[in-house]
Amino acid sequence: MSSSILLGRLTDPNAHALDMLKHEPIVLYTVISIGVIGALVLAAITLMGWWKPLWRNWITTVDHKRIGIMYIILAIVMLVRGFADAIMMRTHQAMAFVDTAAMTSPETAKLAAESAGFLDSDHYSQIFTAHGTIMIFFMATPMLFGIFNYIIPLQIGARDVAFPFLNNLGFWITFAGAILINISLGLGAFARGGWLNYAPYSDIIHSPGTGTDYYLWSLQLSGIATTIGAVNFIATIMTMRAPGMSMFKMPVFTWTSLVSNILILMIYPPLTVVFILLALDRYAGAHFFTNDGQGNPMLYVDLVWVFGHPEVYVLVLPAFGILSEIVPNFSHKRLFGYTSMVWATLVILILSFIVWGHHFFTMGGGTAVNTVFAIATMIIAIPTGVKVFNWLFTMYKGRISFEPPMLWAMGMIFTFVGGGLTGVLLSIVPADWQIHNSAFLVAHFHHTIIGGVVFSYLGGLAYWFPKVFGVKPNRALGIASFWCWFIGFHVAFYPIYYVGLEGITRRLQHFTDPGLQPALITAMIGVFIIALGIICFVLQVLGVIVYGFRHRGKLPVQDNDSWGAGRSLEWATSSPPPAYNFATIPTVHTTDAFWDMKQSGHVRQTTGFHKIHMPSNTAAGFWAGMLLVALGFGLVWHIWWLVAVTFVGTIAVIIAHSFLGNEDGYYIPAEEVQKTEDELTAFLTHKGATA
Amino acid sequence: MSDIAINTAHAMEEEHHDEGRVKVYGFLVYILQDLLLFATFFATFLVFAGSYDAGPFPKQLISLPFVMVETFLLLFSSITYGFAMVQVHRSNLAGVRLWLAITFLLGLGFICMEVYEFAELIHEGAVWTASAYWSSFFALVSTHGIHVTFGLIWMACMFAHLSRKGLNAHNKTRLACLSIFWHFLDIVWVGVFTVVYLMGAMS
Ligand code: HEM
Ligand SMILES: [Cu+2]
Repeated sequence: MSSSILLGRLTDPNAHALDMLKHEPIVLYTVISIGVIGALVLAAITLMGWWKPLWRNWITTVDHKRIGIMYIILAIVMLVRGFADAIMMRTHQAMAFVDTAAMTSPETAKLAAESAGFLDSDHYSQIFTAHGTIMIFFMATPMLFGIFNYIIPLQIGARDVAFPFLNNLGFWITFAGAILINISLGLGAFARGGWLNYAPYSDIIHSPGTGTDYYLWSLQLSGIATTIGAVNFIATIMTMRAPGMSMFKMPVFTWTSLVSNILILMIYPPLTVVFILLALDRYAGAHFFTNDGQGNPMLYVDLVWVFGHPEVYVLVLPAFGILSEIVPNFSHKRLFGYTSMVWATLVILILSFIVWGHHFFTMGGGTAVNTVFAIATMIIAIPTGVKVFNWLFTMYKGRISFEPPMLWAMGMIFTFVGGGLTGVLLSIVPADWQIHNSAFLVAHFHHTIIGGVVFSYLGGLAYWFPKVFGVKPNRALGIASFWCWFIGFHVAFYPIYYVGLEGITRRLQHFTDPGLQPALITAMIGVFIIALGIICFVLQVLGVIVYGFRHRGKLPVQDNDSWGAGRSLEWATSSPPPAYNFATIPTVHTTDAFWDMKQSGHVRQTTGFHKIHMPSNTAAGFWAGMLLVALGFGLVWHIWWLVAVTFVGTIAVIIAHSFLGNEDGYYIPAEEVQKTEDELTAFLTHKGATA
Repeated sequence: MSDIAINTAHAMEEEHHDEGRVKVYGFLVYILQDLLLFATFFATFLVFAGSYDAGPFPKQLISLPFVMVETFLLLFSSITYGFAMVQVHRSNLAGVRLWLAITFLLGLGFICMEVYEFAELIHEGAVWTASAYWSSFFALVSTHGIHVTFGLIWMACMFAHLSRKGLNAHNKTRLACLSIFWHFLDIVWVGVFTVVYLMGAMS
């Protein structure tokens, strides 16, 4: 090993710092185009003189609404990144058929296999690992946190989250993790062990390169940020609800968010620990998951799934919550079975902890253990079914308007039920012994995670979009986006069930049975249809950016009740909401607080406002995030001086913040509140006059 | 008119009062996740409780009297922190400083003894690379030690905070959170002492 003090193992030929760039044209061109686009964006910001407003209004902001938007932008960028991986894999697999049986010698067979498709096996392994990791930790989780951030304080009638600085810090740590994982694209390589990177494959003997280290440290950052976020939202929901809003008057989305954050709080510690232990194995020669020294790799599998299974509920419970907001709104009826919805959520919270074993029925648990996990898994279908029926009964005899959010919701119900059913199938142990780790599983979890999670989140974005910007996104594009995703998803994944049943295992770089090629080509076509859906969505976003430009960053105040049938408090304040959310904190009497206000003829306060206390901006979160990128980089490349400097630096920034930060905040003067509220008053008067 | 004035004054008071309450609540939530962090380390340790590989064995190396002294240092530091909090409630800055300083020294003594103990163990060949047992031993015990070290850093910062702003609302909240942290680490140590040292000495 030749590593230098200054550059760590960057200069070590065994660490292959530049190999991917040299040998993989795809990687080279991607890195070049990211570099060019990045440089163009930076140049544009400089030319337009936007650094100052960017710094003041966004980078250092502690406003939960702006932080929410930043999370969502990060998630959309990562969605495109993860989806690019998906397109590559599906295109590659559609081409990667070789008839190795016809080859004359094992050597030629191996050569032919390696040249199948356009990705060699090493690169393919990196891609599926990066895809899974990015989609879960840097796409779905940030999108979720974006929605939490924007909506939760508005729904509970609060002016901000409990810890605005931690909120900013959490975003920048997530950002740091995302940067670190994307550096692996150009420098060194990414992990090859799948999204949970089982030991002992991921130990230092079997994965000596930088890949696993990138994986470990970027996910460790994401984990810290997610935990910080969970503490924040639990404290926010538990202590900052508007007067009168008892637990059983909270909107269902707030409920499911609370439970999701409790889950995060409980499952991220095991993940953090398991990654610390693996890092100790890799960096310090410890024996937790190694084959020698009496280590036990099975402990790794157990601990990551103690995290991994509840994690899918972390993602899907708020998705259920979003649906429980959309469905009543567009059915013009109150939610059917509010109480059963809440209890179903709590039952899922408990059950999700006792099912992790269903991920390794085939790994020697024995009949008794497997039976317990199988039955527990099947039982989860019951509370989930309760929710589905509640949505269906809400729609029953409702006056349904088919706006894009409702399309997503209905598409979600249809698709998610399908995915749930194949999940119950997988929970049957003898069946699982056949299809474990096959393409059938890949189809199943995409069925639930795209059908259940992604559809709901996109529906949620469509639903709250007018709250955030005041205007609705282009409707035709929204409808087109939905149908492309919906049709594309089914075309892309039903063939995968089929090839799985035919015996194809997951994570395969090439295939030998030409009879299956048509199925994989169909799947590829499906992915291209999804791509159209993503393009439509991005166009919608661009449309609003153009709208923003036309109004020079200050969006005009619009109707508070954008869809005309809002039920919860976020619809009580203007769109976009003012910095302080609510000029007067509403008092809550029933579950559908805003609906109740409209019914009881509540009159909006228009004069006599008071000054409002607000938290101050801070740059500490940003600097901590940047230092953490460098810390992760130093750890990956064994640049120990950088590790020491950035570790001390990060702690110093946090301590400095506790001394120098403006902990008393500031006040928005009453006159300014008055001026801001007048804009909404003017809009509403105008609307009333024309209606 | 005066009614409104009274109301707002009251509301503002409430706000500050509330801020402290929310912070302590949030800190308790954070402690909950720390508890699960330790629980995972404990579980790992228990899984490897007999995985000595070729040795060394803890029974020959663990000196219970030494660890007892360590334990008492930490237990006493919890009590002295309690006295510091009593002084916080009496708004007696000098008293807070005194008890905090004693707590700091006791905590520092604990850490020094732990470092010495580790050095001895390593000298005897009980290194974390020796077996899964020693890997998990060091992981669990030093995670606790690192927490205590951060507690000490925090306490050191508190002296500076107190010199700058005295016992204002923010510093009182900080001291309350640190107190929760410190007592929590004490309780975790009782677990470590029982599971690692007592069980190790008996194994
Ligand atoms: C949008 C369309 C998507 C397509 C076409 C797609 C496609 C794929 C493909 C081809 C694989 C590798 C299968 C294999 O060779 O074993 C894969 C794996 C995976 N995908 Fe997706 N995916 C999509 C979206 C998502 C989303 C939204 C998520 C999560 C939020 C996700 C999470 C995963 C995970 C966790 C894996 C497993 C990686 C591993 O093997 O460890 N995918 N996906
Ligand atoms: Cu599971």
